[in-house]
Amino acid sequence: MRLEYFQLIDRIVDINLADRKISTEATVPSTSTIFEGHFPGFPLMPGVLLIEAMAQTSGWLVVAANRFERMAFLAAVKDAKFRMFVTPGQKFSVEATLLHEGSGYAITKASIALAGKPICDAVLTLRVMDFPNGEMRHKMRETAALVGFPTEVPANG
Amino acid sequence: MSSTFDTIANIIAETCDIPRDSIKPESHAINDLGIDSLDFLDIAFAIDKAFGIKLPLEQWTQEVNDGKATTDQYFVLKNLSARIDELVAAKGA
Repeated sequence: MRLEYFQLIDRIVDINLADRKISTEATVPSTSTIFEGHFPGFPLMPGVLLIEAMAQTSGWLVVAANRFERMAFLAAVKDAKFRMFVTPGQKFSVEATLLHEGSGYAITKASIALAGKPICDAVLTLRVMDFPNGEMRHKMRETAALVGFPTEVPANG
Repeated sequence: MSSTFDTIANIIAETCDIPRDSIKPESHAINDLGIDSLDFLDIAFAIDKAFGIKLPLEQWTQEVNDGKATTDQYFVLKNLSARIDELVAAKGA
């Protein structure tokens, strides 16, 4: 996890387009200025960043389902629940399932678990649209390589 | 048509917290009911599920932007009902 680059996911563990599922994993950094404020003397991974981890995981799934032709942008978060604290240094896993692919949007159900225990979950709406420009698509391809976006999911173009 | 409209009206009432009796076949989802594009995604999701279709929102938006269609054609609810009936019929054909 590179908080300074807003990269909340370390690695894509698996993408299964037939089952419309993805799993990723990430380790919270041991130190970050974020923890100086959230909270002084009691550092916790902010819930909004856990949502972002679920959104990025969902986004990779949607990008894969669209063969890297289109980008996903977070549009709505519903029924978000935070069940346990996540602290610096802890490693968690994220799963997302594509509930629906609409015209220009997608709905996912995402969750985070730590050592098998549920941490949080939410239903996410993502707007799906063409990449706004070639630079963004290129950069996303670079990030995809960093997080292990599988080569068998077509990403050419 | 009436059952399609009733389903849509019930979805809108529940999704957007709009009184059901204020939703008429002549209502324009955007201009009369004040539904914005994000809220309409929720409605589209519910309609897609209820009817087993995929509302072509991107195509409709493009047609409106290109001046080939008016929003009335897709977002006045009686017209939306007709479009849905067409999509359902096309699916079964």
